[in-house]
Amino acid sequence: MLWIAIRMLTGDAQKFYGLLFGIGFSTLLITQQMTIFVNLVERGASGVYNAPEAEVWVMDPVSRTTDVSYAMPGTALDRVRSVEGVEWAVPHLRAVANVRTADGDLEGVAVIGVDDSTLIGLPERMAKGDKSVMFAPDSVVIDDTGTTRFFPPEQNPIGERLELNDQRAVIRGIADSIPSFTSTVVLYTRYSNALNFVPGTRNRLSFVLVGVSEGQTPEQVAARIEAETGLKAETREEFSQAGVNFIIENTGIPTNFGITVFLGFVVGVAIVGLTFSLFLRDNIKQFGALKAIGVTNSKIVQMVAAQAGMVGIIGYALGVVGTVAFIKGFSANPFFKGFYIPWQIPLISFAAVVVILAITGLIAIRSVLNTEPASVFR
Amino acid sequence: MDTTTIGGCAPEAAICARGISRDFEAGQTTIRVLHDINTDIRPGEMTYVVGESGSGKTTLISIMCGILWPTEGEVKVFGTDIYKLSDTDLVKFRLNNIGFIFQQYNLIPSIDVASNAAVPLIAQGMPREEARERAKVLLDKLNIGNQADKLPRQLSGGQQQRVAIARALVHEPRLVVCDEPTAALDASSGRRVMDLLREVAVAPDRACIIVTHDNRIFDLADRIIVLEDGRITHDGKEMPDGH
Repeated sequence: MLWIAIRMLTGDAQKFYGLLFGIGFSTLLITQQMTIFVNLVERGASGVYNAPEAEVWVMDPVSRTTDVSYAMPGTALDRVRSVEGVEWAVPHLRAVANVRTADGDLEGVAVIGVDDSTLIGLPERMAKGDKSVMFAPDSVVIDDTGTTRFFPPEQNPIGERLELNDQRAVIRGIADSIPSFTSTVVLYTRYSNALNFVPGTRNRLSFVLVGVSEGQTPEQVAARIEAETGLKAETREEFSQAGVNFIIENTGIPTNFGITVFLGFVVGVAIVGLTFSLFLRDNIKQFGALKAIGVTNSKIVQMVAAQAGMVGIIGYALGVVGTVAFIKGFSANPFFKGFYIPWQIPLISFAAVVVILAITGLIAIRSVLNTEPASVFR
Repeated sequence: MDTTTIGGCAPEAAICARGISRDFEAGQTTIRVLHDINTDIRPGEMTYVVGESGSGKTTLISIMCGILWPTEGEVKVFGTDIYKLSDTDLVKFRLNNIGFIFQQYNLIPSIDVASNAAVPLIAQGMPREEARERAKVLLDKLNIGNQADKLPRQLSGGQQQRVAIARALVHEPRLVVCDEPTAALDASSGRRVMDLLREVAVAPDRACIIVTHDNRIFDLADRIIVLEDGRITHDGKEMPDGH
């Protein structure tokens, strides 16, 4: 009987494709919007991800994220280095500056000062050039997303000079980094250079990046640093999560994306509900005949469930494939750089599809179950 | 209700209906469309139930074949008091013992003719291919074996009705119930369908009830029951004068 149910469904091509469109569109909207949302809020942690060597981030107690920080005195570095379990500790400066572009515009940039000798704090991979270029005079490395803001595609940024806070800076490499939440252009330079580029204040040290000794866990060392220095110390995971939470708590993004996802769900319920009800109503005589012949209500429910299941599986697959195609198709766009679909999102959209089909199926099947077999004689 | 007190049932009766009444609600009014019907349907006969529209004939056969509960009375089909069965058992009883032919055929448009004819067997749990083979044998007998792989919409009305007949008989039911089987057919097609129905549906151990008001086929009946305003006014071999 399930075969008959499937043939009944596929035989009505208009409604079959309508149902597939409804489920596919809902899945696409839910999966794609949640994917963009997750990837976007994860950019709140891009500063942490771009400094992969750091196992513990030490900062002033009022600092919250890599972008919302309060500078510490330089002596904080020595205090951190003296804590047991700290294998190494390096200074890390993050500040904003202005760059005058070639066409005379002013562009705000983030200047990141990494350790002078080890270059810890620089992204792991370079898109162009070698990390050693950082040791050249006035050298800066620009992030790959930033090059698209400053230079046309045909122009090679290497060797270009910038007027950075009225000082000369030369781009000598391009870092392969995760863009920040605001897609601000990022210039990496050595810590000592950064102190020159950024206007002077009494305290300049934004963070101390720490590696832990063998046999120690980042949690243990972070707790010890906090206890002994009075500074705030967070593990890489804690600090990246803090960056994500900051975006969630301080922007309207969750609400906006939440509304879109909800609308995707509602559109799914509306299209699928209407089409499914019409399909069952169009076949009510056939279902009535089956009931008269001797097909039980439970078998009818199984038939409708098989129809819903088939629509659900194909529509869901189309929606997920559509999302993958979207992400792949836009992967060259700097805004979508590094976007991925977390495995939880397809599961969530699958659950949404199941709920859509359950709601619409239950509403639609009532008419079939309430049909008296005797109605086929009328 | 004890049937012995109202006349009893003949042991050989295919259907024994006793004291059947049926009410329908119309707003706040209750309309009685069947009044104390007592009749037996015998196997080996083609029994017509005839009457004007609204006379209660469709209601009567719906009750007789177990798809509409009577307000009062009881129905035994081959000795089984069908309205004392549970819902599930009644559905199974219909599946195993009754074949239906509907006025509008009610074939499933998106499956082929053989599969349509095989529906009762598939519903009984027979594998689809085996059921289709069984159905094809019957379709051959009904002279539409060469149409087995076509969709219903590719057939004429008369051919579709033959598919419906095949579907009604494929599981070898003991009772065949037909609702206006010739209403959608022209005179010659209707007559051919009825000849065919008599040939394949009427058997010594099988009863066949036909609801119709098609006077072109009255001469093919073994017995005619006339209903007027929910009451049996005639029961005999011929139609009474004046009809």
